[in-house]
Amino acid sequence: MLSHFLQYEFLQNTFYTGLLIGLIGPLLGSFIVVRRLSLIADGLSHVTLAGIAFGLFVEKRFGLLFLTPFYYGTAFSVIGAILIERLRSVYHAFQELAIPIILSAGVGLSVIFISLAEGFNNDLYNYLFGSVSAVSRNDFYGILIIAFIVVSVLIIFYKELFMLSFDEEHAKVSGIHSERIHFLFIVLTALVISASIRIVGVLLVSALMTLPVAASIRIARGFKQTIIYSIVFGEISVIGGLISGYYLEIPPGGTIVMISILILLLTMSGKKLWLNMKRKKAIL
Amino acid sequence: MNVPIVEIKNLSYAYEDKIALNDINLDIHEGAFLGLIGPNGGGKTTLIKLLLGLITPQQGSIRVFGQDIKQFKDANKIGFVSQKSNAFNRGFPATVKEVVATGLTAKVGYFKFFTKKDHQKVIEAIETVGMSEYINQNIGDLSGGQQQRIFIARAIVSDPKLLILDEPTVGIDTEHVQRFYQLLNKLNQENKITLLLVSHDIGTVTKYANGVACLNKVMHFHGGTNEFENISDQQLSQFYGHDLNLVTHHH
Repeated sequence: MLSHFLQYEFLQNTFYTGLLIGLIGPLLGSFIVVRRLSLIADGLSHVTLAGIAFGLFVEKRFGLLFLTPFYYGTAFSVIGAILIERLRSVYHAFQELAIPIILSAGVGLSVIFISLAEGFNNDLYNYLFGSVSAVSRNDFYGILIIAFIVVSVLIIFYKELFMLSFDEEHAKVSGIHSERIHFLFIVLTALVISASIRIVGVLLVSALMTLPVAASIRIARGFKQTIIYSIVFGEISVIGGLISGYYLEIPPGGTIVMISILILLLTMSGKKLWLNMKRKKAIL
Repeated sequence: MNVPIVEIKNLSYAYEDKIALNDINLDIHEGAFLGLIGPNGGGKTTLIKLLLGLITPQQGSIRVFGQDIKQFKDANKIGFVSQKSNAFNRGFPATVKEVVATGLTAKVGYFKFFTKKDHQKVIEAIETVGMSEYINQNIGDLSGGQQQRIFIARAIVSDPKLLILDEPTVGIDTEHVQRFYQLLNKLNQENKITLLLVSHDIGTVTKYANGVACLNKVMHFHGGTNEFENISDQQLSQFYGHDLNLVTHHH
């Protein structure tokens, strides 16, 4: 792997991108999980797919090459995020309704652009389940910028976001601009999804943001610890998934997710064992 | 002692066609421990929302700390403990310290980080409510009474002058309720925080507060606890209308 890694630029791009999304996915995911917004990630990933399909269609039709489909995906994802927020305020009493609306619109648009673009069908598999060879240098720079934005915004607004996540009413009463902060957060989510999609795929991108957090929450004490464990689990999954995916010739989306599931099972049974031990000690 | 920090004058508020508050007058003086009682639907929650600036007066005026509430921006002077505080997601992975620190978020302000001094304040607030040994525990692992103390700590960490508590003891067992009110007395007497306690439990209010306001759309009574004790049960049930579920240890 190492010689291949040094030899092929695409492997380097993929690996570095993997390290970045292993960081920002679980980092943002920690907030997504505690705010019970896990499904938004799924909705937005399908909108991102529509953007990518649109990009491919434009590329085929007009041969515009300076923006790769990745950038169209990012734009669609951000627009989708804004629409979800609008829909959530329109259907105030049925807020989860926004997600199936946006998700199906994303799939519908994807199908249309995919068939208009023709020939894109060969790539479809890669878009759905991820690929080790899909990240260009140009895309990597885009993802690097996204990672930088996401990490800085989360550091700068950490205390407000945490407050909002824990107790929205309290945040509002204290004069925090909860709507603006929430909006910023949703846009960040859209960015992280579009950054992650080439490696883990449309169908599994939300897993990268939620599974490491689900494992972390079982064993962490406090929110900062939850974030740290989530990132560690995320990185282990991404690195392990990329390497095993490469050797087994399986799309990395599948291997990354299965490693995350394995970690989740380990933390669950580990916690059970630990609790049993504690109980026995208490009885003695 | 005699500077009113809250002055409510001829205040009315209606939701569409339903009147919630009708021509209310109420002064709260610095250092007071005022119990606000009244039946459900009597306008207690509306009054709190108005005081917290969540809704604005339709008629009449509210002045807080000498300033009209519409211009009042210093939200840190007013702390709030809601009855919904302990309805948070119990699985939320947050330590006691992290939760109490959110009480400083707005005061510290955007684009700034917590300083060492802020962390010290958080530790002190947790000490004040007697929860120091739990500082690094997840809040979901504590009992309801302990959680409510943490929410008090969160409310007082920003040094508010006025603390509003909305039915803070709902769902807490009696033993903890007593300790909870002892804590409120301490905050009132030692920390000099003015308290507005909203409750439907007349017994505890008269036991711990030094003033009572009785609200059922109109303000039926406002005065010292002693005067309130002299009101007959008959008058009291008049205040409450036909709401017979009043909890009273009245003699």
